[in-house]
Formats: sequence, structure tokens, C-alpha cells
Amino acid sequence: MNLEELKKIREKAQKDVELRQKGSRIRIVVGMGTSGIAAGARDVLKAFVEEISRRNLNDVIVTQTGERGLASQEPMVEVFEEGKPVVVYGNITVEKAKRLIAEHVVNGNPVSEYAIEVM
Amino acid sequence: MNRVRNHVLISIDAGTIMAGARAVEKALTEEIVRQGLSDEITVLETGSIGATGQGVIIVVYPEGVYYGNVTVQDIPQLVEEHLLKGRLVKRLLLSELPKQHVVTKEKTGLLKEQPRIVLRNSGIIDPENIDEYIAREGYEAIGKAFSLKPEGVIEEIKKSGLIGRGGAGFPTAMKWGFAHNAPGDQKYIICNADEGEPGTFKDRLILEGDPHKLIEGMIIAGYAIGATKGFIYIRGEYSLSIERLEKAIAQARQYELLGDNILESGFSFDLSVMKGAGAYVCGEETALIESLEGKRGHPRLKPPFPAIAGLWHKPTVVNNVETLANIPEIIWRGATWYRGYGTEKCPGTKVYTIIGNVATPGIIEAEMGTTLRDIIYEYAGGIKEGKKFKCALVGGAAGAFLGPDMLDVQMDFANLKEYAAVLGSGAILVMDEDADIVDMLQSVLHFFKHESCGHCVPCRLGTAQLVKVIDRIAASKGIKEDIEKLSNISDVMRDTSFCPLGQSLCLPISSALKYFHDEVYARIPL
Repeated sequence: MNLEELKKIREKAQKDVELRQKGSRIRIVVGMGTSGIAAGARDVLKAFVEEISRRNLNDVIVTQTGERGLASQEPMVEVFEEGKPVVVYGNITVEKAKRLIAEHVVNGNPVSEYAIEVM
Repeated sequence: MNRVRNHVLISIDAGTIMAGARAVEKALTEEIVRQGLSDEITVLETGSIGATGQGVIIVVYPEGVYYGNVTVQDIPQLVEEHLLKGRLVKRLLLSELPKQHVVTKEKTGLLKEQPRIVLRNSGIIDPENIDEYIAREGYEAIGKAFSLKPEGVIEEIKKSGLIGRGGAGFPTAMKWGFAHNAPGDQKYIICNADEGEPGTFKDRLILEGDPHKLIEGMIIAGYAIGATKGFIYIRGEYSLSIERLEKAIAQARQYELLGDNILESGFSFDLSVMKGAGAYVCGEETALIESLEGKRGHPRLKPPFPAIAGLWHKPTVVNNVETLANIPEIIWRGATWYRGYGTEKCPGTKVYTIIGNVATPGIIEAEMGTTLRDIIYEYAGGIKEGKKFKCALVGGAAGAFLGPDMLDVQMDFANLKEYAAVLGSGAILVMDEDADIVDMLQSVLHFFKHESCGHCVPCRLGTAQLVKVIDRIAASKGIKEDIEKLSNISDVMRDTSFCPLGQSLCLPISSALKYFHDEVYARIPL
């Protein structure tokens, strides 16, 4: 690979990220660092995936990321929706994940009590 | 394949259940089956919709029509009119659409904005996907580094004023310069990822959240000093970090960002991950090198320094994870940009692990020179349950206790030295008014006794004696001379121990006695 090819990969990757955002109405990102996993992020991620397939939500995707540093708030979940502020949720459990799908993703109402930041 | 035409959501929460939502749901499902629509229409339960006092609420998608006060008797009409014939049932329409809940930052106020250089991608990108790193201009710093000569890279790092983040506070460019100039047919770059300082887990965030940044930093470091081989010495307990690093290395090899002739520059470089076995002393660079060579992890006599004769007696640079994670950003954005952060003597940011009695423990990245007060009260939400600040152990177990008079001191490597304190690994353990200093000291000393490698006499015997004394004091069986003994032993250890493990123990002891002499004294029976 040379520098030109790297730049091409970058452009393509940036487009992919954009497309991924456009092709889906909502992107849910679960923090999967050690703190998050210790606090139950794997189960939360699984709950999101199951709930999404159960409800046939074709326009919602779930991805993972590392840790942001707010260990006391793990598992942390971010919900990206085009044209809307990003909502960051903290201390999410399997039950709360189901409620997030029902209320935020399906009904469009962010759940204030779980939210820790809006960006 | 079934083609679902409509989704009907029925809100199930405390209010709607009271209004009979379950019965409506049952009637709705049955009616849909009865009218032969079950292949085209799906009924889903959903949570609160944000409207109260409107009875049972049903929403029909994709139209997004809201019906309120729906009863079992309304169902046949609703299904027939709307779902079958596509006509709205006007009498049931919700007069007012539920308002969106809005959450404001003020209300939550947990995350104070941080300048993120090192942690730029941690918690943002998918660490297991190299494309996401590349999308954020990843690996382009390598290209820029190759366009400079190795000397040019070292010069840029020198201009940035980057200081090693491992704890000793040594200028990175100087270390690189020594290794670059040292004669040798083979040179090595080692990343010290043996993050063993109690209460520190900042490197873990980079290792598992942004492994490619470390790889990129190591390629640049290798290029600058002329090393073709790099090792990441990582603590064995970091299983997730190891897994992600190995995945990242494999992806980088696939993209030919590791291997021969990287980016057609003629420079070749490859990386291996080596697992440590949990000895604290292996965080010391020469003990780490011994361990990497397959020997017992004992420190070496310095000089010669590793930059002249390190791994297998070849010129070697050992850098901390955080140091190396700074490199791509400095090369890509330039030294001048980097100097825009932090203080004159210590530019850039520092990643802190903040734990103990604070409201929101975790990891923060703050500019060098940020005060302890800001870190505790602005970033970490203050002391838990509104209690009073007693002290903070800054820099890890080998750090110093800082009392309330140190809250407003600018923290960087140079400035803290003047106050006989260290930044160390960037661990900040905060204690509130209820914390017991003897307890704390006891646990620090026990840790050191456990981790002393036994190589030199002062540390081996000194730590054992200190534990005896502190155990006696903690059991309220001490004598007056014990307090003096603590200082004396640790002072001798500072002057005579072989490596920093024994040398640095005087810091927690002297600082604890400086602030809390009376509290320790009170434990001694009259």
C-alpha cells in the first residue's frame, strides 16, 4: 500500500461511516471496554440486538466502541439519530435497554431519567 | 415472505395498563386475525409514549397516527376503517401529540468538556475495525513522518516538548535521540503496557479502545530511532486489550501498514505482543527488558541505559502507552499545535485515573497544569455525599498524599517536583474526611512488601520492617519511636535502593506524616 491508497481507504471509510448513518435511522453504540463489560455491557448489547430483531426494526444498527472514561456510569450507550442531538445514557441494564428501544428508538422519546448527556 | 404493511404500537405502561391496555391489545390481535390481516400487520408493545390521561394509546406506523382512549369496543371499527380501508378514525385521534422529552446538559452536567488528544478515539470508534480508525485520519501521520527524515521526526517531538508519561518525566525526544545515535545493527522499540500501578487503568482505555493509535505511534517511534522490531509488553490480566491489540496488528499487517516496505517508503517494521506475569517491578524498564528476554524480572544496573544497551544489549527505547499515543497526533498536527495545550514546561494533556470517594470515578484527560481542585470538583463531580476533602494520593502507590493546601497547585511534572510530589502514573485516589490514614498507609506498605523483588537488601528488608511497624501502629500497639522509624527506614531506602521501587517509598510516608502526624500519633497508646 502507498499513501495514495491509504487516502482512498480513508475516503471510502468516511463514506461508509456516513452511509451507515444514512442507511439506518438510528445507530446505537454500546461502550465495550473492560469497565463496561464488567458492568454488564455484553448482556446489554445482546438485549439491544434481540429486541431489534424481535421488533423487526430494519433501520436500527448496533455497534460497539471502547471506553470513554466514565467508569461509574457503565454500561454506557449512545444513541445517534440524524438531525438530532446524540443522547448518552448511563448505567444501562437489560431492562433499561428494552425500554430505550421502546421509548427512544420506536417512539422517539429520549428517556430523561437514564440520560447523562445530550451532545 | 410476509410483507408487513403496518406496525401497530400499543403503549404499555402503568397508566395505560390501568386503562385496560392489555384487554385492548388482546382484542386488537384477535380482530386482526379475524379480518385476515395478520400477515400484513404486526402488533408491538411499546413503552410510555409521553402522553398521560389519554387512556389506552395506539400508534399506527408508518403513518404515525396516534389514537387515544381506545377501548375494546373501538377495535373492530379501528381495524376495519384504518387498517383495512386506510381511513382515519377521527373520533379517536389524539387531540394533541405527545411532546418530546428534552434533556439538557445542565440537568445532567456529568461530563465536563475535556481536550482529548490521547483519548480522541476511545469510546468513539469501533476498536476492532481498522477502517474506523483510518476514517479519523488514522495512519496518515506515518506518511508525514516518512516525508521527514528520522532526525526530522525527533526534532518535531523535541519541539513539541513531549515528556514521557510513564511516571519518571523524561523528555521523549532525548531518549529517542540517544537510541538514534547509538551504534547498533539492530534496534528495538518497546511499549511498556505493564500498567501495574495500583489504581491506574488509563493505558487500558487506549489499548482496548484505540489500539491502532498505539501501533501507529510505535511505527513512527521505530522509524525515528531506526528500529525494525517492536514489542508491546502488556500485563497478562488485560485480556481484552491483548485480544484487541492482536486483532489490530493482524489488520494492520493485512493493510501492509506493518511488515516490509510500509507505504512504499523502504522502511520495514513489525510488532509482537508479549504478556507480563504480574510483577510490579516489571514496570521498571530494565526489569521489563529482563523479563522480555525470558529471565527473572530484576532491574539492571544503570548505566548503560537501555537507549545504548537494552534488549539483548541492543539500543532500545522503552515508552509508555500514553506517550506513544501522543506521537501520531503531534506528527500529524505539528508541534506548534501541541504546544497550545498544557504548560510551558509540560505541554499537552495528561490522562488521569480518578478513583476513591468522588461522585464520578473514572478516566479523564485534562490539560497539563490543571489543578487538583478542578480535577476533583469539575471533572469528577466533587466528593461523594457532600463530604469534606481530606487528601488525595496522587501518582499511584509510590506517589504522595496531597492535602487541602495542594488543591490549587498546577499539576504537571515540573511543578509538582517543587512540592516534593509526583505526577507518576496519573492515578488520583481521593479520600474524604472519614478515611483512615493509618489504614491507607498500611495497605500501601503491604503492597510494596509484596512487590519488592528481593534483588537488593535495602528494599527487601526495608519493606518488611516498615510493614512490621505499620501493623503495630494500626493495632494500637505502637511506641512513640515508631513514627520516626517509618521516616528513617524509608529515607535510607530512598538513598540506597537499587531501583525506583524502593527509592520512592519515602514519598507516601513522608507526605502522610507531614499532613497527618497527629492522626498517626493518636494511634499510639500512652
